[in-house]
This record gives sequence, C-alpha cells and structure tokens, in this order.
Amino acid sequence: MSLLDPFSPNSRLRCACGAHGSQAEHEAQVGQGDVEGLNRRVVESAVMRAIFPRDDERRAFIRAVGRRTAMAAISSVVPFGALEAMAQEKKGSLEKTDLKIGFIPITCASPLIMADPLGFYKKQGLNVSMVKTAGWALIRDKVMNREYDASHMLAPMPLAISMGAGSSAMPINVATIQNINGQAIVLANKHKNNRDPKNWKGFKFAIPFDYSIHNLLLRYYLAEHGVNPDTDVQLRVTAPPEMVANLRAGNIDGFLGPDPVNQRAVYDEIGFIHILSREIWDGHPCCSFGVPAQFVKENPNTFAALYRAILNAAAMARDPKNRPMMAEVLSPAAYLNQPKAVLEQVLTGTFADGLGNVRKVPERVDYDPYPWYSMAVWILSQMKRWGYIKGDVRYTDIAEKVYLLTDAKKRMAEVGMAVPKETYRNFKVMGKEFNPAKADEYVNSFAIKKVG
Amino acid sequence: MVAVKTRDRLRSTLLSLVILGAVLGMWHGLTIKPTQQLPADVSAEYAALMGKGAEKSDGLPPPAKVGEAIVQHLSDPFYDKGPNDKGIGIQLAHSLARVGLGFLLAVVVALPLGFAIGMSPLLYRALDPFIQLLKPISPLAWMPLALYTIKDSSISGVFVIFICSIWPMLINTAHGVASVRKEWLNVARTLEVNPWRTAFEVILPAAAPTILTGMRISMGIAWLVIVAAEMLVGGTGIGYFVWNEWNNLALPNVIFAILVIGVVGMALDWGFGRLQRLATYRE
Repeated sequence: MSLLDPFSPNSRLRCACGAHGSQAEHEAQVGQGDVEGLNRRVVESAVMRAIFPRDDERRAFIRAVGRRTAMAAISSVVPFGALEAMAQEKKGSLEKTDLKIGFIPITCASPLIMADPLGFYKKQGLNVSMVKTAGWALIRDKVMNREYDASHMLAPMPLAISMGAGSSAMPINVATIQNINGQAIVLANKHKNNRDPKNWKGFKFAIPFDYSIHNLLLRYYLAEHGVNPDTDVQLRVTAPPEMVANLRAGNIDGFLGPDPVNQRAVYDEIGFIHILSREIWDGHPCCSFGVPAQFVKENPNTFAALYRAILNAAAMARDPKNRPMMAEVLSPAAYLNQPKAVLEQVLTGTFADGLGNVRKVPERVDYDPYPWYSMAVWILSQMKRWGYIKGDVRYTDIAEKVYLLTDAKKRMAEVGMAVPKETYRNFKVMGKEFNPAKADEYVNSFAIKKVG
Repeated sequence: MVAVKTRDRLRSTLLSLVILGAVLGMWHGLTIKPTQQLPADVSAEYAALMGKGAEKSDGLPPPAKVGEAIVQHLSDPFYDKGPNDKGIGIQLAHSLARVGLGFLLAVVVALPLGFAIGMSPLLYRALDPFIQLLKPISPLAWMPLALYTIKDSSISGVFVIFICSIWPMLINTAHGVASVRKEWLNVARTLEVNPWRTAFEVILPAAAPTILTGMRISMGIAWLVIVAAEMLVGGTGIGYFVWNEWNNLALPNVIFAILVIGVVGMALDWGFGRLQRLATYRE
C-alpha cells in the first residue's frame, strides 16, 4: 500500500501504467481497491502534487519531517475532508473553464492570488489567469467591459457600480469579502509630534479611490475629531505606490492606504503608522470579490467552482501558521512585487511602527469571507452621508441584492467553514453603535456631513 | 581630407565619452550616502524589522545598482513566469507589436486621405478645421473614451497609437502632394499619362521625402505614447514593466527600462532616417 500513499517518501505520484496522475487514480479507474479509501487518496495525491510540483521535493520533504508531521501540516492548510466531499458530489459541467480575474497588487488580494500557486483553481477544474491591474478605475472598466470574468474590488465598488454611482449602472455581485482590517493611517515623519487629528486642518491626504473603504473610514475618523473632510483637508485619489513616493516628496501629509504600502512607507523610513484601520472599526471589510450578476446567471456551475476555490483559499489564508509562507509566495514580481520583509510584517502582525516600537497585532489583517449585509448597509450609509448617493436609499434592498450572502453560507458550509446564523449584526465604529435597521437615523445623527 | 574627418569623429566620440564619464561620476558622487543609523535607543528587533543591514531602495540609486539591474535583465530577456512577470524582450515585443499595428493602420488611413486632401484644394480647406482641432489633443485623452466604447483594453491601446500617429502623416502627405512642382504635373498631362500613373509615378516619388518625414515624426510620437498608454492599461509591454517596477519602488529597474525605451526609440528613428535618405532625390 505504501507505494500508493502520497505521504510516503518512497512512493511516486505517477501510476504504474503512466496514464493517470497517480496510482490511486489508476486504481480508481480500473476498479480495484476499496472505493472510499481510494477516493481519499485521489484527493490527497492531487493536493500533494499541487503543493509539490516536483515529486522529488515532496519525497525529500516527507523524509525530512516524517510522514505524520507532513500529514498534519498539510491537513491544517488544506481541508481534505471537505475536498473529498466535493470530489464525491456530482458536479454539473463547467460552462466556462478559462477565466480572467483582475487584481491590484496589495495584500488584500492574497487569498485570490494564493489560490493560483496552491492549485485551488485547478482543483475545481478552472484555468484562471490572474491579471495585475494598474488601478481601481481600470478594474471597474475592465469588469464592465467583461474583459474580466470576476475581480478583486474595493468593498464599496460593487455597491456603487450596481447603483450607477461614478459610472453607468451594471449589476455586480459580491461573492465574498476578501479581507477585513489590514489598512492604516500613515503620516509623514515630520508629523511625529502632531498626532492629534484636531490639528490636522489643511492636511493633504491620499486615498486609493472615491468608492473605497479607505475614503469612508478616513472621512469618519476625521469627522469624529471635528475635522470636516470636505472643507478642512484635501483628499486626493492616488494609486498606492504613488502614495509612498508622494509622501517622500512632501506632496501629502499622510494617507489611509492599503497594506503593504503602509508598511513600505515605514520600511523606507518616510512615515509612521499612526493607527491601524481596525482601531477605527475592528472587522471592517476592505476588499471584496466582485462578479458581474450576468456571469453568475450564465455560468452557475463555474461560479460555484470559483466560489469553492476562493473559500478554500480564504480558509488557508486565515491560518496564522501560513502567513510566513504567504509572504514568501506573494513577494515576487508576478504577484505583489514587494520586499518579503515588508509583507511578513503585514501578514504576521509583528511590525515596526516607524516610531521605534515593535507592535504585535496578529489580527492586523484577516481573511474572513462572510459578506455581512450589515457591512453593505454601513458603506451605503456613509456614501449617503458624504453625498456619493442621493435621495432615499433602500439600504437593505440594495445590500441583499448585491451581497450574495445566501450563496456564501451554502458554499462555506460545503467547504467546512463555520457559518454564522445571522445576516445582520450591530457593531461599533469608534465606539459609536451602528444598527443596520436604523441606517437613516444613523446618517442624520452625525454633526459633520454633506447631505443637505 | 579623409584624415581630418576621422580625426574630427575621434574627437567628438572622445568628448561624448568624457561627458558620459562626468555624468556617471556626478551621479555616483551625489548618490553615495552614509549608512543610516537608527537612534541608539531602539531594540534589535525593531532594527531588524526596519531592514537594517538589508539592501533597501532609498532615493536615486547609484549607477552601480543600475548596472546590476541591466546585467540581470539582459542576461535573461525572454523568461515567462505567467501573465504578470515576463522578460524585458517579451515586453518589448508586445510594445513594438502594438505600435506597429497602430502605426500601420494610421498609414493605411493617412496616406490615401492625405493624397486626396493634397490633390484637392477644396477638400483641403474643408477638412482643415477638423484636422487642426483634433491634432493637438493628447492621445491619452482618448483613452477613457476608447476603453468605454471599444470595450477592449488592448485594442484601445492600438487605437491610441493610431490616433496619435495619424496627424503628422496626414498633414505631411497632404503638404507633400500639394507642393509637387506644377511643371512635372504639366509634363505628365502633356504626355497624356493616365491619372493613376501620374499619382504613383510622378506624385508619390516627388512627395516621398515629405511623407517619410511625417512617418518619422509619427513613429517618434507613437513610441512616446505607448509607454504612457501601457502604464494606464497594464497587462504587457514596456510601459507595464515600468509601472510594475514603480509599484515596488525599484528605481534601478525603472532606470533600466528608461534606457531601453531610449535605445529602441533611437533605433526606430534611425531606421526611418535611413528610409528618408533613400527616398530623397536631387532636383
């Protein structure tokens, strides 16, 4: 039996006849052995092949750490049980297997990207090409052109595009939230002794996009400190790499940007981390996985397969044990193109803050995929507050139409993730309670706002 | 006479080398920095996280760093690691293909149209306001419009090249055709040469130097624009390469790309210069 075992250093992951990927597949095909055990090994072999493309590496790895450790290590990353369940499930045929997915090179996109080298897409029979994209406006345009089948998007973008705010309207669905937290307010080093936002009138801040959680959180933070973001400061839309360059040049005083740009500013000794975004709203959504509604309708099976791949990737990315490995994989030019030392600090949460302290915040970024409706409602409430959308907003209708929470629940259960029962929940942003059922009251309760 | 010429050339080459040496020397001198020291009161862990001792990008890189980047990229110009990481050779090929396609399309439109405009003073005056209006528009201003209407980013890139390279060619062709010497046309008419033959055997050769000048200008502009267009649209090409390295703030690679862009632009210009010389005639 040891010859067929993917966790044995002596076995080869090729079958005896050479026609199948593994001996286990070979036996499953020609009808030998016990079906269930074989099915398990087919899945295991496939995963091992994806992790170790070169068979001699796999054998060397298992020989080095021992079979038991190897099995435990890999099972902790890959939900074997769920994968087996999926392998047995009768799958409808995929409508489309070659997919193009856009991403912006920031750590928010980690699960989406990691699913590629880890083989999660291939596992689902998908041939995905991940396309690095130059900016959020271009992501929007390429999704609307249907050049991308799906894309990494900022959490407010699918809501904005679906409503036609800032573009023509096109229904976009949110399959999952990509990441929560993981952003920060960075200030230039010259402001080291000017940490009180009340003194920030006249500052120039960079934000990545109008329809970004960064913009909304920064506005919220400033307004809570009595600074009107529309009249007292300047907010400039700036691509993330240019944030660091502009900060160096002194064109801006700070930014609320995505990681790894924040840490990069610290690493290059240009700025310091004033606060992490989780200190404004712990658990805030940042980016989401957006899919045009038409794609969902036309390709239900492909969409389900894509869903599973992304959820598996999210489960992998949530595990702190995998974070150093992720930093290693994401660092090269094809993906984030950032120094590994910077990514590691972002992903492990042990980082230099630029002020001389080492901070340990393991929950600096997390990859919880659950698309709470209440998140969408908060985003809409702030878009209303700052005049990005006007008139009566049917908050819950829009949230429930754009966020595919029912699908997410089903797919998360399928891959063995814990699924919350609720779809809305109250939460606190800077200590102030938000009740999604009373969004309009919430908007009106703020002293500083733009709505007339 | 020949000896003097060689000596002149030798001297100018020598001067070029001296200038190059001086620039590199100044560059090197200005970019030497004392190794930065963190304040003494920070912990070793903090220093490690700040990448002390590791090589970091900081301001303008010294020439040696750029040299390293050049060697590294040129030693493996054709690697292909998936859609987002390709060798410089492949990126250049993508850019050249886009420029070539857009330029060819522009030739196909501009030459016949320029011919027609040049031959007919009426048409010239009728179309002139439009040309004057469209000519000064930055080609990149067309980009959002192209993306929205064409709905394909790579075709949009080609379109932008097309729209920027059409005007100099159109204007020069029209000008060249209009200023063919009247005597030659009269001779052709007296000899009862049919209009097609007149166009191809009298006007075209007579206007060729002007037309080629237009093409040379167009190619120069197209090469300028492709870099910016690819930075906007991304995906592939030398412009994307610059953007991707800018993303990482890897300035040695950006400088390397700038040099490559310069060299390729020079080669293109030189090629058209040669063509131009071939087409020039003495009256």
